[in-house]
Amino acid sequence: MTGVVHEEPLEKRSIISGIGQSEVGRKLNRSDIDLTVEAAIRAIEDAGLTRDDIDGLATYPGMGVGTPGFAGPTTPEVQDALRLELNWHDGGGEGPAQIRAVIAACLAVGAGLAKHVLVYRTVTESTAQGEGGRKGIGGSGGGGGGVPRFSGFLQWYLPFGAVSAANWIALVAQRRFHEFGLTREQLAQIALNARRNAGLNENAVYRDPMSLGDYLAARMISTPLCLFDCDAPSDGATAVIVSHRDYAKDARHTPIHVNAVGTGLKGRPSWDQFDDMTSMAARDAAASMWKRTELKPSDVDVAELYDGFSILTMVWLEAMGFCDRGESGPFVEGGDRIALGGSLPLNTAGGQLSGGRLHGFGLLHEAVVQLRGDGGERQVPNNPEVAAVSNGGGPIAGSMLLTARPR
Amino acid sequence: MIADGPSIRLLPRLDLDNEFFWTSGADGRLRFLRCRACESLVHPPAPRCPYCLAGYLSPEPVSGRGILESFTVNYQQWIPGSERYIVGLVSMIEQSDVRLTTNIVGADPKDVEIGMEVEVVFEHQDDVYLPLFRPVERSAK
Repeated sequence: MTGVVHEEPLEKRSIISGIGQSEVGRKLNRSDIDLTVEAAIRAIEDAGLTRDDIDGLATYPGMGVGTPGFAGPTTPEVQDALRLELNWHDGGGEGPAQIRAVIAACLAVGAGLAKHVLVYRTVTESTAQGEGGRKGIGGSGGGGGGVPRFSGFLQWYLPFGAVSAANWIALVAQRRFHEFGLTREQLAQIALNARRNAGLNENAVYRDPMSLGDYLAARMISTPLCLFDCDAPSDGATAVIVSHRDYAKDARHTPIHVNAVGTGLKGRPSWDQFDDMTSMAARDAAASMWKRTELKPSDVDVAELYDGFSILTMVWLEAMGFCDRGESGPFVEGGDRIALGGSLPLNTAGGQLSGGRLHGFGLLHEAVVQLRGDGGERQVPNNPEVAAVSNGGGPIAGSMLLTARPR
Repeated sequence: MIADGPSIRLLPRLDLDNEFFWTSGADGRLRFLRCRACESLVHPPAPRCPYCLAGYLSPEPVSGRGILESFTVNYQQWIPGSERYIVGLVSMIEQSDVRLTTNIVGADPKDVEIGMEVEVVFEHQDDVYLPLFRPVERSAK
């Protein structure tokens, strides 16, 4: 079997008919289910549907995964809160990154398991953080009757103080500095672009102007990554409605067509054992996406590429084929190319770095906003028709290609 | 000031699969599983050789020498009371696709470079011997 797809990819039968976002901010002190229901009701209404039309439900990551505030409510909680009657439901943390839940919904719709799927991702990491600083994945250790021990993949990192994704990804960044001559001034463009765009997004978490000097003066987190290379824990829920394309003519707003999804993972699924540590899973997810479409990287009008850390966006720029391997530094140099008026407008709502860490779904939401032409002050000019969305970093990656009309 | 690692070592929970690795340093030697059929080193521990799928694996000492593939100086106090420390990614000299995330010790950050040769030293904590790496002295090469 080759990777060539002869039949129409199943995901092309799906559209994104509705989007909704809750209040987004730092330390909102609202519960995850509260934020989720707010986003869900907005998305259902945006799609021109009612709660009774929703027959599918999906989320990432689902039950009890990760540190406090990370997982959001489970699908049973949301089903019950909205009294949904479901033909299909799915929650899970394994798969092509956060966007896996949306991809699963597209396939469910394409397979006829559901007509309208509510997909949500909710984080309350800022409120859960309380008054303290950001924690590592293993917690801060110590305290009380002994320090816990760790099994599974964390055992290979935590003993050495590599307790945060910031450390694991800093290793990727340092390797790129070494191998490709990437500079802090180039990397800064991801953060500066995000902040510039966040200034035009009233829901963004960080909107004060940032200069290159501000960036270079920021405190280090894990070299070469500084504070502004890392997203910040936020509270917020994002919901989208994935519908069958038969609904496109009845949708309230411009239906956004799913053109292709990227789900590949060929390298070893590990932060430190992946063959090419400068690219990792983004390489495989993007490659699999381009095999499922006639569209080419040069057709993309707007890119919403995962920026939990700035360096991940650089990795995605190359993985997606917007520039050659190792060339993302020169590609973003000066920032004009990735600005709203540039040849590849990037992370147009401020990404996660300045828009808020909505963990992938915020980027998807913004891609739909742009393809609808609803970006207001931050609208990409000349009616963008094709958007690329990516989620994840390191050994975790998934992507989607969306279009404003069937392609 | 640069430390060997965080102020508190979060230690692995020993089990049937990983105990040989985390206790290997008791005699000063680093060990990985090696396949008796295809001779590949395998890490992390696996039930059978993931390269040839047919082999039988058993722990075997290696030289403890490696190449620094990347590193980062950690500043953020994820673990309170920590000084700066260096997290390194080291590939084994015997087989470059076997890598360890570790700490680089005995070196000033300004002297640490990707591509430098390093060698294992162990830090004994409770029932665990953590493999850390230090630069190989030029005269010892």
